[in-house]
Amino acid sequence: MSTAARKKSLIWDYLTTVDHKKIAILYLIAGGLFFLIGGLEALLMRIQLMKPNNDFLNGDLFNQVMTMHGTTMIFFAATPLLFALMNAVVPLQIGARDVAFPFLNALGFWLFFFGGVFLNCSWFLGGAPDAGWTSYASLSLESPGHGIDFYLLGLQISGFGTLISGINFLVTIVTMRAPGMTFMRMPMFTWTTFVASALILFAFPPLTVGLLLLMLDRLFGANFFDPALGGNTIIYEHLFWIFGHPEVYILVLPAFGIFSEVIATFSRKRLFGYSSMVFAVVLIGFLGFMVWAHHMFTVGLGPVANAIFAVATMTIAVPTGIKIFNWLFTMWGGNIRFTTPMLYAVSFIPSFVMGGVTGVMLASAPADYQYHDTYFVVAHFHYVIVGGVVFALLAGTHYWWPKMFGKMLNEALGKITFVLFFVGFHLTFFIQHFLGLMGMPRRVFTFLPNQGLDTGNLVSTIGAFFMTAGVIILLINVVISSISGKKAEADAWGVGRTLEWAVSSPAPEYNFAQIPLVRGLDAYWLEKMEGKKGLTPAEPLGDIHMPNPSVLPFVISLGLFVSAFGFLYHNDYSWGLPVAILGLVITFGSMFLRSIIDDYGFHIHKDEIIEAEKKGVKA
Amino acid sequence: MAQHANSENPNVNLAYRRKKNAEEMKRQVISFVLMILLTLIAFFAVGYDKFSHWFSIPFILLLAIVQVMFQLYYFMHMSHKGHEFPAIFMYGGVFVAFLTVWAFATIVWW
Ligand code: HEM
Ligand SMILES: [Cu+2]
Repeated sequence: MSTAARKKSLIWDYLTTVDHKKIAILYLIAGGLFFLIGGLEALLMRIQLMKPNNDFLNGDLFNQVMTMHGTTMIFFAATPLLFALMNAVVPLQIGARDVAFPFLNALGFWLFFFGGVFLNCSWFLGGAPDAGWTSYASLSLESPGHGIDFYLLGLQISGFGTLISGINFLVTIVTMRAPGMTFMRMPMFTWTTFVASALILFAFPPLTVGLLLLMLDRLFGANFFDPALGGNTIIYEHLFWIFGHPEVYILVLPAFGIFSEVIATFSRKRLFGYSSMVFAVVLIGFLGFMVWAHHMFTVGLGPVANAIFAVATMTIAVPTGIKIFNWLFTMWGGNIRFTTPMLYAVSFIPSFVMGGVTGVMLASAPADYQYHDTYFVVAHFHYVIVGGVVFALLAGTHYWWPKMFGKMLNEALGKITFVLFFVGFHLTFFIQHFLGLMGMPRRVFTFLPNQGLDTGNLVSTIGAFFMTAGVIILLINVVISSISGKKAEADAWGVGRTLEWAVSSPAPEYNFAQIPLVRGLDAYWLEKMEGKKGLTPAEPLGDIHMPNPSVLPFVISLGLFVSAFGFLYHNDYSWGLPVAILGLVITFGSMFLRSIIDDYGFHIHKDEIIEAEKKGVKA
Repeated sequence: MAQHANSENPNVNLAYRRKKNAEEMKRQVISFVLMILLTLIAFFAVGYDKFSHWFSIPFILLLAIVQVMFQLYYFMHMSHKGHEFPAIFMYGGVFVAFLTVWAFATIVWW
């Protein structure tokens, strides 16, 4: 089939795409949208807390906004935005033409997307969930209305998507590496994606079980978590945190990977202590599974359990420290260029260290009785999540933007965004440590005057406006870049080290005309240092086999979306059950179609590739 | 077409492949017989009322573990080369599941 015959409308193209580069863009847009919604919710909360006894967002509405902020940011902003960068970069970094399962890749995206839309439908259908992003059973079982049910079903759907995407990346990295790309030559971002995907594989099933049991309790009359009927509410907390702690590492490990790439690139040096970095990432992933009860010190697990989990938690600081020093040594003596991504990377180090230090403070169980459920905890996790993950997402977006869209973002605007965001971040969250120590509890919608909390809260709110301004400038930057941005070279920053910088920006549909032969760490840098223009090919030029686009991933996810409404209302309306069944029929019917229809894909012919390469190199 | 990349030409090394398959078949049959045997022993252990529960329950759990190993390594070919990653991830999963049950047993239910 020729390229011309495959031309379709843009929307249909993205609805059916199985190309990892387009799925990356879908993730970026959808994740970005949810990031804006979550950010708006944060701003509303900070306005409410700007002054004592405020009545801008009262009681239950505040709880809903607070819950939706946390849930949206973790599950529908941070995770998918990381998936955006992983999809855009990882196949290129390992010298592959696509991911291992392009169809599943699309399915993962659509499941995430419909899960997020479903959750947000709650705003218009009687109120959002209001039991916090943790949704502890003791609270959520009592919550009236359907908010919590939206949370349960929405997260269940998007959780399948995340699990599918995680498995897809694991298989991709294990099986699709180019010849010569041994594990110890993999770029750090690929390594961290690999470990984070393994964490997804092991951490999401406990969440699925926890949410399922809670759903059975709420919608189908079971009593797993109701102590009055012989259940045990603590089990939900365990299940949630067995997932929850690995989840924070699922977020922060890829962030570490992004910074490793950015710091090495803009210091013009090989990453210091590469093998110890790999070791540290694997160790953090491993330890991440043995510390969950540090979120439950005050539950009353007993001194022995608390002590074990406290010590286990503190050990994570060791591999994390290894990474911090390796980044510092990478910069030491390097030829540093302070581009926008590099500014985020440099400021990430002290910001994240502060979050780590408060983490170790929280990990001392006796002290945690004082800190727990105060703003001190809020400060801690925002320092690690914003100072770590969000900084990384901003750095990564600026860094790989030219590779994804073929145009540079404006550096001046990028730096303005950075300054506003950095200042706003510290203004908002630094003072919260002290608010917490002075006794301001977490998740409250107001406070009384003259208890020493007034100024701190005002400062914090002002900081939130700085961050908002930063994000708005970023959006303006995106618009300007798409209208009049400078066209990006293949090696957009001129100092690229890894394989993605060897192909044109944006990469052609087939990624590599010839799969490259990898001869060491920083494969592209190696070739450049030997005076070569391109990569050493590992195969002759030939026809390239590609998968066909398909609308089935969209339809499968739509089916689950429909059926979730049915299950949600099956106790209230008689149409509930039929709709639930209809949705499942759509889902399983399209899975059946996928199984019985043979789809051999198509080929891009050699002369088409030669022509495209000529154009790409010229541009 | 791509899916043929790792399948070998069936006409090469025919004699060698025959012999290998025969060996493979022998192992499958042996482990199949063993598994039936293990199942019978398990039934017997439960049915025989001279054994106390404190013996028979751990005993059949042990038999179950042996069976799973047989299944994985002989029936599902994990003993062959190229299964290192599935092995790592399966043992990883077993580890996480074990940790969960262990923690529940010691700090929730005890
Ligand atoms: C040295 C590393 C770390 C240590 C020792 C640590 C320790 C802790 C402890 C003990 C708590 C519970 C506090 C309480 O509720 O009283 C906590 C909460 C939290 N941590 Fe960390 N942490 C570390 C790193 C991280 C990282 C890297 C992230 C995320 C990227 C993170 C995200 C969170 C979140 C989200 C919570 C609050 C969860 C909630 O209650 O809603 N932490 N941390
Ligand atoms: Cu934790």
